Amino acid sequence: MMRISPARIIVSIVFVGMLATPAILRRLSVQRDQFTGVHPDCQAALARYGLCFKEVSKQAGIDFVHEAPVLDAKLNSIMPEVASMGASVSIVDYNRDGWPDIYVTNSRTGSMNHLYRNNHDGTFTDVAPELGIADVNKAGTGVSMGAVWGDYDNDGYEDLYLVKWGKPQLFHNDQGHGFTDVTGTAGLPPWINANTAVWLDYDGDGKLDLFVGGYYPEDVNLWHLENTRMMPDSFEYAKNGGRKYLFHNLGNGRFEEVSAKAGIDSRRWALASAAADLRGTGYPDLFVANDYGVAELYLNDHGHFHEAGEETGVGFAPKSGMNAAFGDIFNQGKYSIYVSNISEEGVLIQGNNLWVPQEGSGLHYRNMARDLGVELGGWSFGAQFGDLNNDGNLDIFLENGYISASKTRSYWYDFSKVAGGNSSIISDASHWPAFDGRSLSGYQQKKVWINDGAGRFEDVAQATGVTDRYDGRAVALVDLWNTGALDAVVANQAGPLLIYKNAVASGNEWIEFGLEGTKSNRSAIGAQVTLYWNGQQQVQSVMGGGGFASQNDRRLHFGLGKNPRIEKAVIRWPSGTVQTLRTPSADRLYVVKEPQ
Amino acid sequence: MNPPTGTLQPTAQPRLARWKAVLDSRFMPPVLITLILLVGNASFGILEGYQKTLLAIATSIAAELLLGRVFLRKWPHPASAYISGISVGILLRSPAYWPYALCAALSITSKYVLRMRGRHIWNPSNFGICALLFLASASVAGLSIQWGNNFAAVVVIWVLGSLILWRARRFHITAVYVISFLLLGLLRAHITGDPWQSEISPITGPMYQLFIFFMITDPKTTVRSRSGQCVVAFVVAFVEFLMRLDQSIYAPLYALFWVGPAAMLIEMWMDSRRAHSVGTLSVQAARP
Repeated sequence: MMRISPARIIVSIVFVGMLATPAILRRLSVQRDQFTGVHPDCQAALARYGLCFKEVSKQAGIDFVHEAPVLDAKLNSIMPEVASMGASVSIVDYNRDGWPDIYVTNSRTGSMNHLYRNNHDGTFTDVAPELGIADVNKAGTGVSMGAVWGDYDNDGYEDLYLVKWGKPQLFHNDQGHGFTDVTGTAGLPPWINANTAVWLDYDGDGKLDLFVGGYYPEDVNLWHLENTRMMPDSFEYAKNGGRKYLFHNLGNGRFEEVSAKAGIDSRRWALASAAADLRGTGYPDLFVANDYGVAELYLNDHGHFHEAGEETGVGFAPKSGMNAAFGDIFNQGKYSIYVSNISEEGVLIQGNNLWVPQEGSGLHYRNMARDLGVELGGWSFGAQFGDLNNDGNLDIFLENGYISASKTRSYWYDFSKVAGGNSSIISDASHWPAFDGRSLSGYQQKKVWINDGAGRFEDVAQATGVTDRYDGRAVALVDLWNTGALDAVVANQAGPLLIYKNAVASGNEWIEFGLEGTKSNRSAIGAQVTLYWNGQQQVQSVMGGGGFASQNDRRLHFGLGKNPRIEKAVIRWPSGTVQTLRTPSADRLYVVKEPQ
Repeated sequence: MNPPTGTLQPTAQPRLARWKAVLDSRFMPPVLITLILLVGNASFGILEGYQKTLLAIATSIAAELLLGRVFLRKWPHPASAYISGISVGILLRSPAYWPYALCAALSITSKYVLRMRGRHIWNPSNFGICALLFLASASVAGLSIQWGNNFAAVVVIWVLGSLILWRARRFHITAVYVISFLLLGLLRAHITGDPWQSEISPITGPMYQLFIFFMITDPKTTVRSRSGQCVVAFVVAFVEFLMRLDQSIYAPLYALFWVGPAAMLIEMWMDSRRAHSVGTLSVQAARP
């Protein structure tokens, strides 16, 4: 009889134990999820998490459904993939009535964009047709991919830059009564295939400039392709995308393209961008999240940029960047940067990035998404920071889901088959297998990550009422009804616009700031408010665009927690002026004009 | 994966001999795979940091030394464990650390637990990676698109890899597999109606560079005869072909997982039959 040594028996038992480890860990994880699990009851969500969302688009009179682009028939077999963007949302108070309005883009040729005017009573009315910014997706001019608002001529009314695959368009806001297309005189190029743009005053001259990030090359007309070699030449190192533009505002309604002069030169596939003063220099730095490659961080040296992605740590590992948002998540007066990527169980786990600035000399970031629990968000798109439960800590609202079609058949096999191959194969759309009604990371659960203030985020989306499974693209956070709670407006690709109205548990207080520049640009884009309360500080900046294809309300919202003792709010205007508000009161909006 | 090894041949030309010695050395495969790792990470950042790969390597070597000492009563050469660890570090993708340690430990332990007649029958890292992909799909994925998609890197790996395999007299395994894959890829394109370029695309990607040069050529887990090795390489490609028709993303790894041990068992069975026949003949011959 064969004799088995005790050592072999022990090692065999250990071996079986190792094989069982993943199942045990998964079981523990499921139990933990169930513990934190689903509370469809709003009262329970309020008691437990301090917030509860209710989707109210119908009650608000909004029935917008996004229509996806239909491009050249040569792309028919993979149309769901190449036409997978275009749903966007931006918040603007276009008529200066003190109530935020909503602008959403549509992307089928001939479809209409909508501007939902806030009626102050919980409802909205589409006024885009009468104001002249609805019919902007005409044949031959391309279609909308996003919109950013900024008062480029400092007349007090927010103007509209329309991000398109096609002819870019700039609309002047005629004091809230209508819009005039001023593209012809502004000096914009005839065609850009862009998905992102951001207003910023990069040289501090008091006039808003504009950054536009190209995605497809600008010589590609997606409706009339010369050939099908228009895909990226690599899925993580592509440099054959659209060029970048920096339009310097000359002040007479005209813009001059100065990207090369200002140090911006890239052909990566930009999907998202955001600008804020990350180093305290008084000048806005520019972060660009690129699809198929590394992120870029353009540090602003008094009006001239140098790319410092690799040196600061954010531009080394290439992923599929689809979002750029800044948030002071540790209440230390420093911005972290959230970039969304792709994660699909068993296939591709890139993980989202949460770039947290490190202590020490120079600007250096460390990815702490995993440590903080905000790494896995599916095929992630737009995300925004905001204090959703007014507890004094910034939370994250994340949209995801790429292509939801068949519920039983997936395109992932074909995607992975081609995506890892040689550039000559993947860069030609005709080499890709047909989608044939299949899904690709579809029907995904959204994430509402609540920051506990102690270094962990917890996903409470299902428990707090964010239960849709549409293909989310853009999300904008805004106090839509001036109640002191951040609501979420979500734009879904080929899906409905959703309005998640937020009810925040009583007790947690808040404060908001609406800024207007005088020496600085009138939109106050780039102005920074640092709020000091209860021995901590939080910094926020007025943004000229951010997240993915979105723009939050320009008013800054701070949650304060219970019984806050507010010491001061320090406003640093783009002009360099520093203004201090001593002991401001909680639960109110401060409208602040820059001192002359 | 174990290093393909060859035999040192004396030669009258010292310089040439030195080069041959280098190519034949069992250190060469570890050097090559390290080169792939370093070049890949330096140029493409495929690892997002070295910690996870170092964890896999350290776990792998520690397990090998420990188990070798316990079962073989000697300190084993760490080259094989190093390659297993580095393969795990490259081929496995996870945001967590534990899968790297677990996969490396499973890979090495499988060599000492899953044995038949004194031989381990699974390629260690193939076993470990497949086990994790089967059992922990929520936490891990395989290397897929994290590569530069450019031709130059592939050419360098193919030239170096082919050179080493040629010297180790195992190039025929890779050649049979690659030719089989390409022909079956064309057949698959015919069956599915997908573009043929999409069917041959995987072999130009990163996972295959490691698979064809380090995994299917592993001397410890391939059959001994040259013709048998060619048959097994073809069968791996054929099973992969069937799995790909079923849209299995990690078809090559899974195909080797099933075919490799089956081939080893068949070889052992044939060996025992042969030994039995020889024994019977010897007994008959010895009878008066």
